[in-house]
Amino acid sequence: MSTVSTHPSAQSSTARYLVRTRTRLSAVAGGAGLLAVLVLALLPLTASRGLLQDLFYLFTMLALAQCWNLLAGFAGLVSVGQQAYVGLGAYLLFALCLWVGLSPLLAIPLAGLLCAVIAVPSAFIVFRLRGPYFAIGTWVLAEVFRLLLAQLRSLGGGTGMSLPREVTNEAGFVAWTAELLHVRAPVARDIASYWLALGLAVLTILLIYRLLRSRPGLALAAIRDNQGAALSVGVDAFRIKLWVYLAVAFVTGMTGALVYLQKARISPDAAFSVLDWTANVLFIVVIGGIGTIEGPIVGVIIFYLLQSQLAGLGSWYLLLLGLIAIAVMRLFPAGLWGSLAGRFDLHLFPIRRQLVLRVGSLENGPATGPSSHKNPGGNDD
Amino acid sequence: MANLLEVEELRKSYGSLVVTDSVSLSVGEGEALGVIGPNGAGKTTLFSLITGATRPDAGRVRLDGRDITGVGAAGRCIAGVCRSHQIPQPFEKLTVFENLLVGACFGRAMSEAEATDHCAGVLELTGLIAKANRPGGSLTLLDRKRLELARALATQPRLLLLDEIAGGLTEGECESLIGTIAAIRAGGTTIVWIEHIVHALLAVVGRLVVLNFGRKIAEGNAHAVMDLPEVREIYLGSPV
Repeated sequence: MSTVSTHPSAQSSTARYLVRTRTRLSAVAGGAGLLAVLVLALLPLTASRGLLQDLFYLFTMLALAQCWNLLAGFAGLVSVGQQAYVGLGAYLLFALCLWVGLSPLLAIPLAGLLCAVIAVPSAFIVFRLRGPYFAIGTWVLAEVFRLLLAQLRSLGGGTGMSLPREVTNEAGFVAWTAELLHVRAPVARDIASYWLALGLAVLTILLIYRLLRSRPGLALAAIRDNQGAALSVGVDAFRIKLWVYLAVAFVTGMTGALVYLQKARISPDAAFSVLDWTANVLFIVVIGGIGTIEGPIVGVIIFYLLQSQLAGLGSWYLLLLGLIAIAVMRLFPAGLWGSLAGRFDLHLFPIRRQLVLRVGSLENGPATGPSSHKNPGGNDD
Repeated sequence: MANLLEVEELRKSYGSLVVTDSVSLSVGEGEALGVIGPNGAGKTTLFSLITGATRPDAGRVRLDGRDITGVGAAGRCIAGVCRSHQIPQPFEKLTVFENLLVGACFGRAMSEAEATDHCAGVLELTGLIAKANRPGGSLTLLDRKRLELARALATQPRLLLLDEIAGGLTEGECESLIGTIAAIRAGGTTIVWIEHIVHALLAVVGRLVVLNFGRKIAEGNAHAVMDLPEVREIYLGSPV
């Protein structure tokens, strides 16, 4: 008898319900997504260097946007200081490659990990602040990091420094790419960076989707909807927000490291730029749709198209970007994807758990039996 | 009978307004206690102090002999204290089922697989099963109140605090609610119930505490307390 292993909830009574999150649309979207990733992975075989460089930028911005969306859209932590971890990740990559002699491929995840470690004392400071003060606190923290790193002479001080060729063009994985595709080292470097960025963006999306579908995701949604009620049913809001903050610092740090490995030149003002690493990311998330995984994907494509079309306009470009952001916020407060999804109930990454009656237990289904006692005496006579 | 909840000299004031004035009470394991008093008497504040949503200025809260005054709201739920809110606080974008799932997964540390049938059972008990997949925010006020009770039950509390859940019900609905609460109590759950619908309260609780201006002014056998002149005065407005 004990040899038969059963589903946990089947022990007391037969499990009558099951939970379903997948929909037909999401299965189709999953297939299309897989195909898209495959095509993008093979793109270096045919695409121009310029396009690969553009897409590299797009993928890194997508990873940053997904992170900020998780932080602000799901955990309610509206940080405007995520450039702190982009800059730290970038500088850590330089330090690990130049001082420790680590391969960039190892230095990137390690830089992310160290960012998460640095995020612990940082969280200790900013988590004491609420709402707008939290936002300001994160920005101040990023400025502190920028000023500190500008003091570090051995990493270029205020003017910055470059990565030597041994780290960039002559790194092992770049040589491997060059051999694989029979291309010159500078081209191989662009292609390798492109693959890394694609991998980072895809992994970030998959990890966030997995997180949102699991128990922590349920807690985050509850906190987003009503923090007081979440606390009253046992959700430790502080702990879960802290974990999100640390996880986001990890991925943001890795993204920063990757971006500056490709740039190969760093300065405090660029690496800790609030405009490049927070304002643009905010724009992407807000026009796409905050609080959805699809939103930042839509947002980053629009952002990329706008940038490539309007880049010639100089500072007018930024003005236009601001105007578009305001217009979208006024007309589609949930973002372009958010409005569309709300209207047609579209969820490419469904999170909602549908309670479904198991087939075969319909004869004692929910409409009759146990719940009938709530009927207010209408047919009692 | 051993006391499950002991509240000792709790005090809370906002500025010069004392909303809870040295209130002490105890509830036995498996007991059902009613709390009555006029609006603004400090009943809901007392619940907030017991559940940890609000910190007291002074006093102690003990659960099963353990001092939980320093424990936060989430920790107290995990320890076995859960409440329904007078003004419903659903997770609006989550479905009704997911609302309960949060309680079961975090209040009682169940896995999602374990929680599924448990939550479905609570939804059946509270008459919400047909609305399981609707967003919490789409419910009517009445169903929101049911959801408050259901979500609290999903955490399998040892001590269940009910804050005016009978208001606005029809006679028939009220009867079925009384039946549900009596069944919950029969299952061994200790209950403290704040209610203005006195006949519903008296159908379940044996003992009453009366609050007025933040102070406990009477306590004892439910029917005896209701007959006290000072209680009649509060409830009927003027001496008769």
